Amino acid sequence: MKTIWFHMQGYRDLPDDFHKRYESVWVTPPTDELCDPAMVAKYLRWNVEELEEADDLGFDGLGINEHHQNAYGFPVSPNLIASILARRQSDAALVVLGNTLPLYNPPMRVAEEFALLDCLSGGRLVAGFPVGSPMDTVGCYGIPPTQVRPRYYEAHDLIKKAWTTKGTFPFNGQFTKLRYVNMWPKPLQQPHPPIWLAGGGSVETWKFAADNNYTYNYLSFNGHAAAKGMMDAYWQQVEQAGLDDNPYRAGFAQLVVVADTDAMAEKLYLKHLQNFYSKSLHIPAHQAAIPGFMTKKSVEYNLRKGAKSFSGLIADPYNATWKDFTETNKIVIGGSPETVATQLEEAARNLRIGHLMVILQIQSMDRELTSYNTRLFADKVLPRLRNIWDKEGYKDHWWPAGATRNQVVQKEAAE
Amino acid sequence: MTAPITSIKVAEEISPTAVMIKGDGPPLVYLHGLLGPEWDGLLDDLAKKRRVHAPAHVGSDEPEELRHVDGIYDLVLYYDEVFDRLGLEQFDLVGHSFGGMVAAEIAAAYPARVRKLALIDPLGLWRDDEPVEDYLMVAPDRQVGLLLGDPARDDVKAKLALPDDPEAQLQEILHRVTVMASSAHFLWPIPERGLKKRLHRIRAETLILWGADDRLVPQVYAHDFAAKIAKSEVAIIPGAGHAPQFDQRAAVSEKLLGFLAP
Repeated sequence: MKTIWFHMQGYRDLPDDFHKRYESVWVTPPTDELCDPAMVAKYLRWNVEELEEADDLGFDGLGINEHHQNAYGFPVSPNLIASILARRQSDAALVVLGNTLPLYNPPMRVAEEFALLDCLSGGRLVAGFPVGSPMDTVGCYGIPPTQVRPRYYEAHDLIKKAWTTKGTFPFNGQFTKLRYVNMWPKPLQQPHPPIWLAGGGSVETWKFAADNNYTYNYLSFNGHAAAKGMMDAYWQQVEQAGLDDNPYRAGFAQLVVVADTDAMAEKLYLKHLQNFYSKSLHIPAHQAAIPGFMTKKSVEYNLRKGAKSFSGLIADPYNATWKDFTETNKIVIGGSPETVATQLEEAARNLRIGHLMVILQIQSMDRELTSYNTRLFADKVLPRLRNIWDKEGYKDHWWPAGATRNQVVQKEAAE
Repeated sequence: MTAPITSIKVAEEISPTAVMIKGDGPPLVYLHGLLGPEWDGLLDDLAKKRRVHAPAHVGSDEPEELRHVDGIYDLVLYYDEVFDRLGLEQFDLVGHSFGGMVAAEIAAAYPARVRKLALIDPLGLWRDDEPVEDYLMVAPDRQVGLLLGDPARDDVKAKLALPDDPEAQLQEILHRVTVMASSAHFLWPIPERGLKKRLHRIRAETLILWGADDRLVPQVYAHDFAAKIAKSEVAIIPGAGHAPQFDQRAAVSEKLLGFLAP
């Protein structure tokens, strides 16, 4: 299994009563009250240092994403941070998960910037194509909810065609019309960087992944126990499409906190978990479930399934206990290296995950605690995860060609 | 309160449009607002004097079909075909809220087709000094307050009550989601698509009816509409919000029928 150190790049200092004072962490939290550019200058430096540290400590990949107008994570353009990492001498994958395709006009911007990043990093890029959250696409960037998916599919087709077509071609889409598509440069990886999808449970995204032989990443903060139903439904879709059950078709994001002992983990991290779940996930349904964003089919599926947000799992995260987070609902994996490694292995096998995105920097955690969490994980947990799926002989066909770290077997075969 | 439904098929990719038709008299078309198609008391009153045709907005059952209706231009042409298939040549046109915006667009595109036009709290214009409120990405109580009235009111509660049967309840929730999505397709993020450039083309005598306490589209917009439509008059309905026919049915029916009488 590949483990990716994923940075959400949130705002680390929010007032204690944030969730009582403000409607949402997204779209409308007033920047002039809450977001101090001088603090952001410090956090951004930390963010990059933390990613670089993870690179040095041997994680298989470094992950970043795109979001707008929020305190949960505001990397804005992940390609900016990715270009700093791409410049480093490294053999780790650069997992940009991803560029929110419906927000680029023309989407050639994504095709070009990803190609540039792929060249700059020596073919280490994973090209993530998320649809985007309703808050980002509809709330912040003003796309009519019914247009988000059509724009997404059209942008996908254009980018892939621009990467793979020989010669110049015209593109006549509904939203983008171009007379001359003629990429300078094309990506270093041929025919193109691996494409990863990300989703929060839309039926269409599973099908799109299966139809295109892409890997699907379930990004939820509800933990692996709650994800089981969703991931099973995804694997069903994969089977229906006649594809194999290679675990590298699936990825999952998980909050993880490690300390020398279980008791110490509680002492060090509980307040950061309470902070994250009460503030960063403070998103009202009228922003998260805006009519027209999901298809009628997905809305009906979720209504029938009685889909629960995390607030259905933990009613009051601000006052939740360590047990609430780590045991009762298994939302967070936390404890000693032994506890964490055992649970992560179980989760990976249970969900059939080939790509694990670990979230080790959790919003309010400072540089020092993040470093402690990351180092302990790299020393004691990472070695236990690396060989999951090796025995079964699965190969990762969705890993960038230039990211050669820990790829001994494949490297020899290539030579 | 119901009316028989006629299905009108216009395009291959789009499900037939359901048109509620009832009453006798000269033809009238009614275009509904943001809460979706419904045969309400106002339509019953109108149907006593007129043959009322009330189509469901395109995409209100399956918003995905709206990928074939790109914008206002496509929508106006779509309605032109619906009217052709209903055998309507010239008719009176009444529209509420989003339906009022569409009615104004139709009357501007086909000035000869509309005999008299009535706009009830229409969307479609924008002022930076008095912005139209957001009704879509807001808490449910706020949305109800903007579109219908104080959510604590008994008549508001009764109107929005969900059925007890779980399957019927699920279908109603789904219906409310798709209805809201189908107008957002044409309205989000700012409910203005250039109507102000076209309003002067309207030749029909026009009644602009406005709820005095409309919090979604402030009353000042009534005068903006009137300023651009040559033969227009404004009537303010006291004690009414964005849906005056819900708050003050008798007053709205009386005003409308008086205006429409030949």
